[in-house]
Amino acid sequence: MFEQTVSTENNNGFPKKIDGLKKKRRWSEFIIQMSLFLAGFFSIFTTLGIVYTLGKEALLFFKRPEVDLIEFLTGTQWQPHIAEFGILPLASATLLTTAIAMLIAIPLGLTVAIFLSEYATLKMRNTLKPILELLAGIPTIVYGYFALTFVTPILRDIFGKDVVNIYNTSSAGLVMGILILPLIASVSEDALTAVPRSLREAAYGLGATKNEVVFKVVLPAALSGISAAVILGISRAIGETMIVAVAAGAGPNLTLNPFKGAETMTGHIVRISSGDLSYDSIDYDSIFAIGLVLFLSTLILNIISQWIVRRFREVYE
Amino acid sequence: MFENDTIIETRHLNIYYGDFKAVTDVELKIPAKRITAIIGPSGCGKSTLLRAFNRMNELIPGSHIDGEIIFEGKNLYDRDVDPVEVRYRIGMVFQRPNPFPKSIYENVAWAARIHGYKGSLDELVESTLKKAALWDEVKDILKQSALSLSGGQQQRLCVARALAIQPEVILMDEPASALDPIATLKIEELMQSLKENYTIVIVTHNMQQAARASDYTAMMMLTDGTRSGTVIEFDETNKIFTRPRDKRTEDYVTGRFG
Repeated sequence: MFEQTVSTENNNGFPKKIDGLKKKRRWSEFIIQMSLFLAGFFSIFTTLGIVYTLGKEALLFFKRPEVDLIEFLTGTQWQPHIAEFGILPLASATLLTTAIAMLIAIPLGLTVAIFLSEYATLKMRNTLKPILELLAGIPTIVYGYFALTFVTPILRDIFGKDVVNIYNTSSAGLVMGILILPLIASVSEDALTAVPRSLREAAYGLGATKNEVVFKVVLPAALSGISAAVILGISRAIGETMIVAVAAGAGPNLTLNPFKGAETMTGHIVRISSGDLSYDSIDYDSIFAIGLVLFLSTLILNIISQWIVRRFREVYE
Repeated sequence: MFENDTIIETRHLNIYYGDFKAVTDVELKIPAKRITAIIGPSGCGKSTLLRAFNRMNELIPGSHIDGEIIFEGKNLYDRDVDPVEVRYRIGMVFQRPNPFPKSIYENVAWAARIHGYKGSLDELVESTLKKAALWDEVKDILKQSALSLSGGQQQRLCVARALAIQPEVILMDEPASALDPIATLKIEELMQSLKENYTIVIVTHNMQQAARASDYTAMMMLTDGTRSGTVIEFDETNKIFTRPRDKRTEDYVTGRFG
């Protein structure tokens, strides 16, 4: 009789089952779900906050009588002291440094990615990857002075001191390329290693050589991931600040000569905001307008990259 | 024992992954233009043996063999043999359909292209898909992605892809294990129509499939007390399934073990 009581109350060692299959509050589930939601909410909220501030301050700038949106987008002079606000000199410098950086980062990054994922032995891979990631961990200010004090003198020795200015977009761009190389290499390598073994085996089984497998099966299958890596790299280059602020030059300059100094959008923001800047001055408002342009260009690039990933994805299975 | 010509012959074949000996002392004569099934319980080295025939095992670091695999009078593992050429002559179809993420047309044409085929690709694709009994189903959608096909169609496309470069032998590693019974039946019908011109070696878990579809059957089993498999009996399929000489084969094919 004693045994019977125990077994009904404890339900054979399990807690008593709830009558009527009623819903039960599970606090640990609730707390985890809630904190995950909050974390997500805060990151979205922060982004929205940034967009709001950018938009609001930029609007103040465009509302000023001396500013005209058309002139802002097409003007070839950026000289706040004479009320010339044309973004082209800044934008062209950004474009130039970005292009130079990608000229380095895309071919080298892809080569490294292909080598690491397809040709390197496990041992080489395990040594090289951390070194590559170290490259990405160097503070950008260090890269900036590396450009100014190491790369620029070399360029001046090669091309002549009268051709290459002390501040120039090419050294900033080249070093920025080295900075971005690990990013492109690492994202592309992930895309390459994600190509399933079954596809490689299919190609080998048809009598393909290693190179044919890599370049005619694996690379096309990873193309969407690689494009995403490239666009990520471009966004990074557009937003990169310290290297160009240190090495590319101060003072807006509309030129496509990579040996001349020119100020990028980010570089200009740094220089203007590091001085004495009063809150309601036109200079203050103008940096938000530039910031908005930067934000929009990287946003558009991100949208393009998402579209590429979806559109060109070679689904494996 | 067999009236047919032998196309692949193994002599004292041992296959290793690193220090682990996966397959021990296999002596097998695969007859040409017949279907040979390799059956046996899981983990007894069936796939390993099959993948030794076109040197696919080499893609796994550390794998190696000793003994010989003679294909048309030449040891496939001789130093001067190029594995790429081996796989050009001995094609393979895998367990899960693995078409390239390209169009149906490109899947069939791919290998012909890399081997420098000079004729008309259009004709090659058409005749190959006809051989693989897939033409009628795909002739209007050749430019569509191969991945839009059903699993069974994808697997027949993989057979077509292998056929396109006219191999002499086709190795099939459980080609129907991921397919439904109807798709499985189609693959088996396809094998029957192919054996006129090709030698087929198929690994299968499905004993009915081996009994239905093959002419010869090799029974593999782990050798006593080890984790290493070997061929314990090789004979005409109907003998294996009706009058096996080895007690273990009898137990296995009658479902009493394995």
